[in-house]
Amino acid sequence: MRTGTLQIRTPEGIVFSQTLAGPVTRFLAWIIDACCVGGLVSVVGAILLWLNYVSPGFASALSILSYFVISVGYGILCEWGWRGQTVGKRVFRLRVVDAEGLRLQFNQVVTRNLLRYVDCLPFLYFIGGVICWFSPRCQRLGDIAANTIVVRHLPQREPDLDQIMAGKFNSLRQHPHLAARLRQRITPPEAALALQALIRRDNFEPVARVELFSEMAGYFRQKVEFPAEATDGIADEQYVRNVVDVLYRAK
Amino acid sequence: MIIDLERFLAAEKPHWTGLEKLLARIEAHPGTRLPLDEVQKFHFLYQRTAADLAKINTFASEPETRRYLESLISRAYGEVHETRHKRSRLAPLTWFFKTLPCTFRKHIQAFWMTIGITLAGCLFGGLAIGLDPEAKPALMPFENLQMSPAERVAMEEQNKGDHLQGAKSTFSAYLMTHNTRVSIMTMASGMTYGVGTLLLLFYNGVTLGAVAVDYMAAGQTRFLLGWLLPHGVIEIPAILIAGQAGLVLAFALIGWGKRVPLRARLREVSPDLMTLIFGVGLLLVWAGFVEAFLSQYHEPVLPYSIKIAFGLTELVLLILFLSRSGKGAEKEPEISAAGADRRPS
Repeated sequence: MRTGTLQIRTPEGIVFSQTLAGPVTRFLAWIIDACCVGGLVSVVGAILLWLNYVSPGFASALSILSYFVISVGYGILCEWGWRGQTVGKRVFRLRVVDAEGLRLQFNQVVTRNLLRYVDCLPFLYFIGGVICWFSPRCQRLGDIAANTIVVRHLPQREPDLDQIMAGKFNSLRQHPHLAARLRQRITPPEAALALQALIRRDNFEPVARVELFSEMAGYFRQKVEFPAEATDGIADEQYVRNVVDVLYRAK
Repeated sequence: MIIDLERFLAAEKPHWTGLEKLLARIEAHPGTRLPLDEVQKFHFLYQRTAADLAKINTFASEPETRRYLESLISRAYGEVHETRHKRSRLAPLTWFFKTLPCTFRKHIQAFWMTIGITLAGCLFGGLAIGLDPEAKPALMPFENLQMSPAERVAMEEQNKGDHLQGAKSTFSAYLMTHNTRVSIMTMASGMTYGVGTLLLLFYNGVTLGAVAVDYMAAGQTRFLLGWLLPHGVIEIPAILIAGQAGLVLAFALIGWGKRVPLRARLREVSPDLMTLIFGVGLLLVWAGFVEAFLSQYHEPVLPYSIKIAFGLTELVLLILFLSRSGKGAEKEPEISAAGADRRPS
């Protein structure tokens, strides 16, 4: 199985990536959708029970038709109305999108939903699951025909970088040549790691937080040794904060 | 190595927020047409954010901001670069009288193939039942076809259609949904490079041929025509059109003589598949009504000549509709595949 991201290059030369949804997550979303279809059919069936007293034949016909319309139309209507999402996909933050990043078209939604008839053969989406498992883009047959992919759509908020301690005194800046060396020696992934640790500091358990920042501060101290007057009395977390400030804010 | 992230964020954040707000508006109301100044603003914000993404990818490694910008760009990219025709409103009459028959004629070769394979099935089924009448249960696995044609005709003419009293609506609904499922399956089987579609069409042909030869050999041709024609002249072409859609899909997968990549070929036929299968659905709704409310009545309740005339009239109308309706509209941009599927260069 190949999962991961799909990278799309725009005509402007910008590359952005979409995180592909794997077959297991998609199957779990389908289970929720199947429950929704079952629930809708039951509700309609309960309403049609009243019609039985008036015309049993008509009620029975409506029951057959409603089951068919709901089972076929559920995916189409939800994915079209919610821009590529059904209830199950919403729960698991999945979204159907055009494989080339373009706007999802109605005919794509219809095609991928009708081709479920082949994907679900011989039982429980066996064919669709196997093909999705081996597909480089995690596509079942319906996705291949409709030129769609299913991506994990994580809501992205505007970055909140208050933790960089803008405007506060930073003792490391008193030694510009050492600060420059720090910028030179620390790699982008290390810088990003420190920044992320600060951004998520409130999410850590207290003990783990102390251990994490202690380890990080030790690592950064080892990279560039600042004089004692610049580091004495500074807690490990504060030291990491000062390092991040030096790295991400040019004076 | 690392840009001044704080200053960068402070300078660029308003543009990202602006783009996000515009995107939220466009996504909430897909039919909205933005005025020119807003379109220009949207384009500017998209390009600015794209440039920021390039910058942050090159000079800094701040994953949260990068993911945020990627999510904005991926949403905006579809809106900016999508050039396929977008219908602003539903036009069911135009679709029915122009798009459907034009799409059918556009892929007429696939339709002739479905007729060919179904006729081959009919020939096989007819020969098989003629040479080996004992094979009836295997060739026609339906309970009401197991008795001899003479017995069946006698029984049908005796009960005068009363056996469906109070159940016609249910029977009609069952036929519509069952046949539509079979049709969708026939189309979807095109994904097996057409093998599944051809097998289903051949199998349908075998059953049809076996039933026809069985009844004709027993001298019940009038009953057969009166029974099958009213709904069959719509139902059978509907299945054939579903097969046509399946073969269109298969041809796109195979791509004989086409130099365009697989994804472009599938993208090109996708609107046609939808049109054909929706057309099939409509035909089968009509066929379901006719089969439940008309086909099950036989002489003396309803003379066979009337049923046959009704069936032939439907057939002529269907042929006229598929061959003549929307003639000349093929070159209109909203109907031609090229117009429906222009891609960014």
